[in-house]
Amino acid sequence: MKRFLLPLVIFLTVVGFLAVGLKLDPREVPSPLVGKPAPMFNLPRLDNPEKTISPKDLLGQVWLFNVWASWCGACREEHPILVALSKSGTVPLYGMDYKDTRQDAQQWLEQGGNPYIASAMDTDGRVGIDYGVYGVPETYVIDKAGVIAYKQIGPVTEEVLRDKILPLVKRLQTQ
Amino acid sequence: MIPEIGHFALILALLVALIQGSFPIIGAARGNAVWMGLARPAARAQFLLIAVAFLCLAYAFATMDYSVTYVASNSNSKLPLQYRIAAVWGGHEGSLLLWAMILSIWTVSVSFFSKHLPDAMRARIIGVMGLISIGFLLFMLTVSNPFERLIPAAMDGRDLNPLLQDPGMVFHPPMLYMGYVGFSVAFAFAIAALLGGELDAAWARWSRPWTTMAWVFLTTGIMAGSNWAYYELGWGGWWFWDAVENASFMPWLVGTALIHSLAVTEKRGSFKAWTVLLAICAFSLSLLGTFLVRSGVLTSVHAFATDPRRGLFILAFLVVVIGGSLVLFAWRAPAIGRGGKFDVVSRESFLLANNVLLAVAAISVLFGTLYPLFLDALGLGKISVGPPYFDTVFAPLMAPALFLMGVGPIARWKQSALPELAKRLRWAFGVSVATAIILPLLLGHWTPMIGLGLFLAFWIFGTSANLIYQRLRGPELPLMTRIMSPSRSWWGMVVAHLGIAVFTLGVTVVKGFESEIAVRMQTGDVAHLAGFDFTFEGVQEIEGPNYSSSRGQIRITKNGVERTVLMPEKRVYTVQNMPMTEAGISPSIIHDLYASLGEPLDGGAWSVRIYHKPMVEWIWVGCLMMAFGGLLALSDRRYRMKNRIKATGSGNAAEVSV
Repeated sequence: MKRFLLPLVIFLTVVGFLAVGLKLDPREVPSPLVGKPAPMFNLPRLDNPEKTISPKDLLGQVWLFNVWASWCGACREEHPILVALSKSGTVPLYGMDYKDTRQDAQQWLEQGGNPYIASAMDTDGRVGIDYGVYGVPETYVIDKAGVIAYKQIGPVTEEVLRDKILPLVKRLQTQ
Repeated sequence: MIPEIGHFALILALLVALIQGSFPIIGAARGNAVWMGLARPAARAQFLLIAVAFLCLAYAFATMDYSVTYVASNSNSKLPLQYRIAAVWGGHEGSLLLWAMILSIWTVSVSFFSKHLPDAMRARIIGVMGLISIGFLLFMLTVSNPFERLIPAAMDGRDLNPLLQDPGMVFHPPMLYMGYVGFSVAFAFAIAALLGGELDAAWARWSRPWTTMAWVFLTTGIMAGSNWAYYELGWGGWWFWDAVENASFMPWLVGTALIHSLAVTEKRGSFKAWTVLLAICAFSLSLLGTFLVRSGVLTSVHAFATDPRRGLFILAFLVVVIGGSLVLFAWRAPAIGRGGKFDVVSRESFLLANNVLLAVAAISVLFGTLYPLFLDALGLGKISVGPPYFDTVFAPLMAPALFLMGVGPIARWKQSALPELAKRLRWAFGVSVATAIILPLLLGHWTPMIGLGLFLAFWIFGTSANLIYQRLRGPELPLMTRIMSPSRSWWGMVVAHLGIAVFTLGVTVVKGFESEIAVRMQTGDVAHLAGFDFTFEGVQEIEGPNYSSSRGQIRITKNGVERTVLMPEKRVYTVQNMPMTEAGISPSIIHDLYASLGEPLDGGAWSVRIYHKPMVEWIWVGCLMMAFGGLLALSDRRYRMKNRIKATGSGNAAEVSV
């Protein structure tokens, strides 16, 4: 008898999740990394694997760190916003190409425009683990001291950029 | 006026569905023949009413009645007629109506082709399908009414999503829905059997052709969708592990498992409980898939926010249908006998292993599809787990499944000897290993994935060849007689399995050997790829009915001999101001040459992407072979015999079935 109940139990668990998900308002869940120093890495650059990027080189400025991939659908959504942001020159934007191939990634940047000063290649996703990447895209605001000030899970929207990220960046830049 | 008739027809259909979902089932429980007898007329009345509603909506689209909200949001006066008709199922409300329409088509078919079933069984099946219909009709009438008026009427419509303005999209959704909804028949058979407590081999025998039919539609529908993505999205990809694709793929995986499991239940009486569970799961995943796609919950979590009642209704409906049937399963399944015993090495074991692999694959796809949704619903933002997850999980599950596919049909029922199997299959094994090593080296390069893919494809080719040879060898009869001697369902299986091999071969070769370039081209520029010369002959501006297009012309030559001309387009649909790519493709059995236009650059140049895709068409040919295999099985003698006996009214059909 018990084993025949198993499918029902699994189904009810899924329903429970869906029900909770329906009720909850989208809200921020703070990342445990916020307020901590950005994890160190030294990764090859997408455009030139001979050169590397490391957060160490970016100390002393406020910068955005965007995790993206050519296979990621939601990235297509935020991409025009990032391109516009990089054109405005308000804040330097660095990228990390997550679990991707160089060819696909470069092609995708060619197609949609390249908003990044440079992108790091996290081919095996190791650095992604350090940053607690749930999935792609994610965006981090990192301050002059190299501390993560904010983490955006999911695409950057006009609203998030206007109401959260840009005011925060302005504040951090004047500190 | 016409939309009100449609609306009214839906209300009447709901009333009929209430009758269809209650009286026959209660009648079957009480042995009341009159109440059971209501099933068939109710099913037919319901079909007519929903057809009227459907035609009314199509009429509103055809006559551009922009006082109907749904028409105004999914059509436009400049939209050509065929797309105005296809726009009936271009949005949420209309696709629900299509769903209900197709459900009633299946129900009415059951009402016509079920004369050989016991009355109680037939009443229960039609009753269960009536219950499902109630859910859909209620959903439409309460929160998703396609006939809702827009007052004052819009001057013009907001146009159909340009992605859907394509001949492939006209047929793809109805095909897919025929598949999805077709599993409702297998589901209804399973529930009817659980209700009646008659879970014997007869149940499996009756439900098999319906399940195969639904599977054929679903296979064709998925193939059409993948093919559409290939030429419409302009990235040269054919499968993206997109949530919408996954929603159709999960029922396919479980449906495939169900087809095989039904065979065991019918022939050997084993796996009874498991088969029932698969039938419930296949349809549950179809429901879940329809709602995930249609509620918009996957493309945007805010679709629910605009009308939270929709989300709640969907959830409640899922709980009632899936939860209810799983409760029934937990209650009735323990009474099901164990069925025939079988050895560790036997055809049953191989089929069971394949079943488990397919089910686990479906669960992992479900997990990958829902995980972002959960995070999204929990407010953690929208993310994509994407191909890295699916590729990692899927290949290790499918590789053993494909390997077993070669062994299963050769193994005996009940008990088989490993040494004998090994002896029979050593040639197939040798040939496939040799091919996997040598062929890639001849073609250019070898990687483990190419080797594995080729091994599996040729393993299936080899074992199928062995299977056919063993079956046709023997008495000195003319070849045609020997070919005709195995049943059509046996040939159906062979063709479908060969389809998998063709598919695997296509996927392996295109993944391993495709090449592409992205170049900046001005008129007269020549690009080189895979031995071909691509000459860019400029871009022309063209006006379509509801779009303006830049059409490039690329002449392909090889060693100075002209091969073909590709005409990739970049269209902008004027109403929604949405750009669309139409790739230029020259398909052939050896390779596709594929070009798509990127962005216009300075100085009249364009960014152009050119792909060389060897054997990519084999992917879809393989799918068509699978579907054709299903059709062959459906044309089997025993199903035709049944009809003939039914026509003469002599004897029980079940007895002739082998």
